[in-house]
Amino acid sequence: MSSIQSFAAHRGTFRIFAALLAALVLTFGWQAASAQSTLESGDLVAPAPAITPPAALEQVDPAAAADVADSDAVAAGADAYTPMAPVEGKGMPVDGLIDLQDQFSDNGRTAYGLHVGLVWMMAIISVFVLGLLLYVVVRFNRKANPVPSKTTHNTLIEVVWTVVPVLILVAIAIPSIGLLAKQYEVPGEDAITIKATGYQWYWGYTYPDNGEFEIISNMLDEDEAVARGEPSQLAVDNRMVVPAGVPIRLQVTGADVIHSFAIPSLWFKLDAVPGRLNERLLEIEEPGVYYGQCSELCGARHAFMPIAIEALPMDQWRAWVRAQGGTFPEDEAAAATDASLAPLQAPESAVPGAPGAGAPPIEDTSPTT
Amino acid sequence: MATTADAFQAHADDHAHDHADHKPSFFARWFMSTNHKDIGTLYLIFAIMAGIVGGAISGIMRMELAEPGIQYLTWWAEFMGGSADFDTALHMWNVFITAHGLIMVFFMVMPAMIGGFGNWFVPLMIGAPDMAFPRMNNVSFWLTVAGFVSLIFSLFVPGGTGPGAGTGWTFYAPLSSTGSQGPAVDFAIFSLHLAGAGSILGATNFITTIFNMRAPGMTLHKMPLFVWSVLVTAFLLLLALPVLAAAITMLLTDRNFGTTFFDPAGGGDPVLYQHLFWFFGHPEVYIMILPGFGMVSQIIATFSRKPVFGYLGMAYAMVAIGVVGFVVWAHHMYTVGLDVNTKMYFTAATMVIAVPTGVKIFSWIATMWGGSIEFKSPLVWALGFIFLFTVGGVTGVYLANGGIDDVVHDTYFVVAHFHYVLSMGAVFSIFAGFYYWFPKMSGRMHSELLAHLHFWGFFIGVNVIFFPQHFLGLQGMPRRYPDYTPAYQYWNEISSLGYHIMAASMLLFFANLIYAYTVGKKAPANPWGEGATTLEWTLSSPPPFHQFETLPVIEDHHDYHDHRQGDQRETTV
Repeated sequence: MSSIQSFAAHRGTFRIFAALLAALVLTFGWQAASAQSTLESGDLVAPAPAITPPAALEQVDPAAAADVADSDAVAAGADAYTPMAPVEGKGMPVDGLIDLQDQFSDNGRTAYGLHVGLVWMMAIISVFVLGLLLYVVVRFNRKANPVPSKTTHNTLIEVVWTVVPVLILVAIAIPSIGLLAKQYEVPGEDAITIKATGYQWYWGYTYPDNGEFEIISNMLDEDEAVARGEPSQLAVDNRMVVPAGVPIRLQVTGADVIHSFAIPSLWFKLDAVPGRLNERLLEIEEPGVYYGQCSELCGARHAFMPIAIEALPMDQWRAWVRAQGGTFPEDEAAAATDASLAPLQAPESAVPGAPGAGAPPIEDTSPTT
Repeated sequence: MATTADAFQAHADDHAHDHADHKPSFFARWFMSTNHKDIGTLYLIFAIMAGIVGGAISGIMRMELAEPGIQYLTWWAEFMGGSADFDTALHMWNVFITAHGLIMVFFMVMPAMIGGFGNWFVPLMIGAPDMAFPRMNNVSFWLTVAGFVSLIFSLFVPGGTGPGAGTGWTFYAPLSSTGSQGPAVDFAIFSLHLAGAGSILGATNFITTIFNMRAPGMTLHKMPLFVWSVLVTAFLLLLALPVLAAAITMLLTDRNFGTTFFDPAGGGDPVLYQHLFWFFGHPEVYIMILPGFGMVSQIIATFSRKPVFGYLGMAYAMVAIGVVGFVVWAHHMYTVGLDVNTKMYFTAATMVIAVPTGVKIFSWIATMWGGSIEFKSPLVWALGFIFLFTVGGVTGVYLANGGIDDVVHDTYFVVAHFHYVLSMGAVFSIFAGFYYWFPKMSGRMHSELLAHLHFWGFFIGVNVIFFPQHFLGLQGMPRRYPDYTPAYQYWNEISSLGYHIMAASMLLFFANLIYAYTVGKKAPANPWGEGATTLEWTLSSPPPFHQFETLPVIEDHHDYHDHRQGDQRETTV
């Protein structure tokens, strides 16, 4: 009887190893085959279809056209704004890495700490469960333990494996709730308001405190991005230029469908929902270029409306605002010449909405219908 | 190889002959079926076919994502009847992700688990002759088929920027209303109406059957855990699906009849749609995994030759998961602009689910602890399930944190997470259940070697596909993207490589089916030995066309979850 059992157990073990071996052979065999086929398909398909900039084709948007012309004109001028060259690996993904992008905001750094703790928690629990499984497989297989026990209950251990996870979760929840409270800090009175509007399929950045000019931001096609030394699929023609080191009240809304304004290196993601004005504090610690991408499915070119934020020192940002024809609140009293450029004084920023809560529906944002 | 319940075997044999096995003609049997086993078989065949379609679509997606740029979508756009321009090619991507999601959720996992295994084994396990409403059972199945046909039809009609519905399986308004002109989205919505109606009917059928048709002596607390899991699942379906039906009906009227439920221009709110959808959508993910929990419990107990550890805890953990699953929905919406208190609540509530889930994981391990484990194919799949579901579970705890979710929301990290719990959790349990019950259903033995090979190929394949996607998500790659910046190439290439391994292993699955039906040995009533104690193993393989015409009586001492009491157990080895 026992010889039959041990034979059966042997066969089981043999099967497992044979299967494992075959699977490994399969793995590497396929690796080679697939590498080959990748090459072939690369040869066949040759050039990837060029991505046509959407603005040139469809958007008959005078604001956009004027804006492009405007910035070109300024670039030729004396105190020209030239788009900052991005730093490799800063504010953008890096190939082959396994962790989050480096963080460049206070919120991001705080959250990153919790992230690291959670990754350890995940790793330890997974390895613990795997260890238990392997122990059980080795210790309690039919050969090692031919006669099964009859245990079906053990109150103590059941209490332990209920209470210990509860304690672990409480230990996670406390910093997590604290992080949420921190993320929802209300921007101060002096915060600079910038409004990002998602369109199908580009972003518009309005500066309500500075004369409400709008920057239209379209993705650059691959050749142009590479020519400018920027990552393709992330580079845009006109960036959202913001001051570094000061609080920004970033408002996000959608003009047509839901989009999502996301910058991984700033720990910022807020949906652009039509009819809703979402608002969140953003403070970028140092100047630089930070890339992001639309993160809510919004139609065909969902993957083709990236976000690029350029954070500048305050004086350079002010110069940039001036170059865009923008104004500053202190201009109001003196400058009669600028009056025509600033007909409205920051309508959105005057809305005292709670952060994140829906503000009254807005209707004035969409240039196209 | 004696079975543990010889008393039942005897009377099952009596009925295996004469009138019990009179089968209707082919058409009447398979198209007008009122037999729970035949309907279960139909569901399984349907789920396999839908799985082939959904799996093929994921192959197209992994091919496209293997390298940056758009390689194959233009061809597919033309093939599906669209123009070859760039927007149509990109639209095809959205159609593929939508179809993959809907097919795998509504037409693969749900039909396989609930329709297939639920129909087959709930009546057998509780000692009932059939389901409570056999004709309604048939309606459920054919509604599901009609839903699938409607979904496939939607692929070939205009959907805005190209043929097919490109809204994602979530149908978020306003992309699914004003954002997608043409009838494709209407057909896709209608497909959910049909499949949803089928599931609601099926749920009422299961609840009625389980509450009213248990054999004498089979109290609720003696029911096998698989039956418990289907009972909880049926309640989730019954409570969640009507909310989905309401949401998508409002979407239909927004699209076609001028209402503005989700349109801010008319006083509606797109976020309302998300609340309604996820009030259904979150219970839905438990609908997809709970029957798997039940199957894994049966399998672990069978092959450890040991009763389930903490039976009541296991049953009520599923009930707890079902209840809590209804009050955590907004963790799918952390970035939509929730206020801080809401986000804190949903963070805390979501983490609570980890507790009953942990109880289940540890109870499975405790069931094996001290057992005498035989590594048959169903057990190997169940072991794979436990580990991979744990990995998917801990990334779930990570994502539950509203403040952390901000950075990985809608990235590939989320894709990796839900494929670990579904593509590995749910699907591994489906294969475990399939190999466990295939001899019972078909009367033929499959090849254990092929089943083990299938397991290792699939295990390695899906891990190579999905583990690197965690890294992509952490580096910020958004989901539902057909193209990406070159910095995401490395892990995408590896992920696509994994698809080939997984697909190759699936060939072994089909080879195994062919093997079983051609040269496979005839299956005995109980091929798994003394650990298999539930009632289905007391019947022949396959069971008679009508079983339990004389109801089995479950004696007081016969506890399926403490079946080692009787002294006769030892003597039968």
